[in-house]
Amino acid sequence: MKSAVIQLDLSPPDILTIKLIGNWLLREKLPPPRDVENKIIENPKIKRLAFNTEKVTDWDTGMMVYLKKILEIANRRKMIVDKEGLPKGVKKLLRLATAVPVKEQPGDPLDSSLLYRIGDISLRLTKSGAEMLAFLGEVCLSSLNWLRGKGGFRRSDFRLYLEEAGAQALPIVTLVNFLVGIILAFVGAIQLESFGASIFVADLVAIAMVREMGPMMTAIILAGRSGAAYAAQIGTMMVNEEIDALKTLGISPINYLVLPRLLALTIMAPLLALYGDFMGMIAGALVGKGMLGISFSLYLNQTIGVLSPLHFILGLIKACIYGGLVAFAGCQAGMQSGRSASAVGAATTRAVVNAIILIIVASAITTIIYSVLGI
Amino acid sequence: MPAHIEVRNLTMAFGSFVIQRDLNFSIERGEIFVIMGGSGCGKSTLLRHLIGLIEPASGEILINDRNFWASSPEERENLLRRVGVLYQSGALWSSMTLAENVAMPLDVATELSPSQIREVVSYKLSLVGLAGFEDFYPSEISGGMRKRVGLARAMALDPEILFFDEPSAGLDPINSRRLDDLILELRDSLSATVVVVTHELFSIFAIADNSVFLDAETRTMRAVGNPKKLRDESNDKKILEFLKRGEI
Repeated sequence: MKSAVIQLDLSPPDILTIKLIGNWLLREKLPPPRDVENKIIENPKIKRLAFNTEKVTDWDTGMMVYLKKILEIANRRKMIVDKEGLPKGVKKLLRLATAVPVKEQPGDPLDSSLLYRIGDISLRLTKSGAEMLAFLGEVCLSSLNWLRGKGGFRRSDFRLYLEEAGAQALPIVTLVNFLVGIILAFVGAIQLESFGASIFVADLVAIAMVREMGPMMTAIILAGRSGAAYAAQIGTMMVNEEIDALKTLGISPINYLVLPRLLALTIMAPLLALYGDFMGMIAGALVGKGMLGISFSLYLNQTIGVLSPLHFILGLIKACIYGGLVAFAGCQAGMQSGRSASAVGAATTRAVVNAIILIIVASAITTIIYSVLGI
Repeated sequence: MPAHIEVRNLTMAFGSFVIQRDLNFSIERGEIFVIMGGSGCGKSTLLRHLIGLIEPASGEILINDRNFWASSPEERENLLRRVGVLYQSGALWSSMTLAENVAMPLDVATELSPSQIREVVSYKLSLVGLAGFEDFYPSEISGGMRKRVGLARAMALDPEILFFDEPSAGLDPINSRRLDDLILELRDSLSATVVVVTHELFSIFAIADNSVFLDAETRTMRAVGNPKKLRDESNDKKILEFLKRGEI
């Protein structure tokens, strides 16, 4: 096998004949086009380029790339190129490759100074904030329409969302809240035991679970399970133009897709949180019994004594808000997703991140309100 | 010289549902071969069998005289390296730029340096008339352009066999004609074998050297031959109906 070489021939001094020899394959080591350019620079008399490919044994894209570069050099120097010496297939391919002019790319404003980046980020943040507000507005308008009996969704869809968000989340809600109950009880037990007040572990676990941790942990699970799923579902519908199909039928995608999900999570979040509260308290009782020797009946009595319905109501209000926020963040990310696979992935991430931020912010705000009201 | 691709007694089935049975035909080197038939007859499924995505229920597929499914996984991979496929809607990876899409096969199968790959990619894109579009994303270009980038990707490794799944689907008549011309040009200049799945009569008559006609009702092939010849000489009512758009 012969590797690829070139011979440069200047028999009439104004024509440079490039003789290609050997195997001009991509995987071989090909001579650099620089050689030809140097020859041209050395001999400014050269006006034309010609080729001789009689000795080429095999060729593929490797030769095409080489020739393309030679042609670029010739073009730059305004030389005439005689393509007669090239194989027929090569001539055809070169014609194809040069048939359409190269598209000029608009230069990117590649300003990476600190000021530019701060401005860029601020603009993007304002934009995404505005988008969120716009979406909130749309959801409010659709809810009003729906309450007036206009533009509903399918009952069967709604039942499915309730089941997916609620019943199917039970195992993970059980696990997480149970473990949170254990953590609370342990942290409390160590501190309270040193005061000889270990029975108050029951109060600590009950109040913390019912008022804060139950709703919050449940909401975070919902953000990962349902919020992310909503963003992916709606985002994929966006990619497949299913949302456009709904719009052209005069069906509001907000009514049809967002409202049932929003309702489903707003209903299911408090129910799951209530269930989670009890799981946490059961875990507390187990720790109390195992570590502190508090009997189950004593623990139960202490818990009943400290909990009032108000605590439950306050916790469940929080859970309702969290559920709505999770569904809102998920649907918003989905509805504003781009139309590609990676955009759907980004939307899913955004759904979860936004949901968790909103949960924490809402938690802080409600807690402050509760304490100002003294409840 | 043996046929480039040979199909022997191929039966395609999903579970117990037979899609096509007893297919026998061969595709010669450098020929443009069309797999035609009505919607739902199993054209695309046959293509998916030929490119090794689905294992046949029974029968053999020989590429370069090698039994594809009886070969070891390494051999199969080697055979597939010499095959390029243009999927129906381009099947570009949406998270990559056009250049990265075309570079992917080169990255995987060759040991070229990044700068060499960049040169090859820009040459391949220029072949399909998209020079300068390297840094665009698939979502930023039209369906026809996506198809052409798909073709550039299919050609990245200088394949011996090029498969096209419904090349004219979703293209206007002029662009579809251009793509047909491009297929002919590429076959002539690269001396590759081309297998096309289509039901577009214009394309069939414009490009095919040979063809196989699959029937959806009897679930087997009804004829092999040059489509123009089939149109003029066949006595089979079904084939004539298809090739003359129902105007017998």
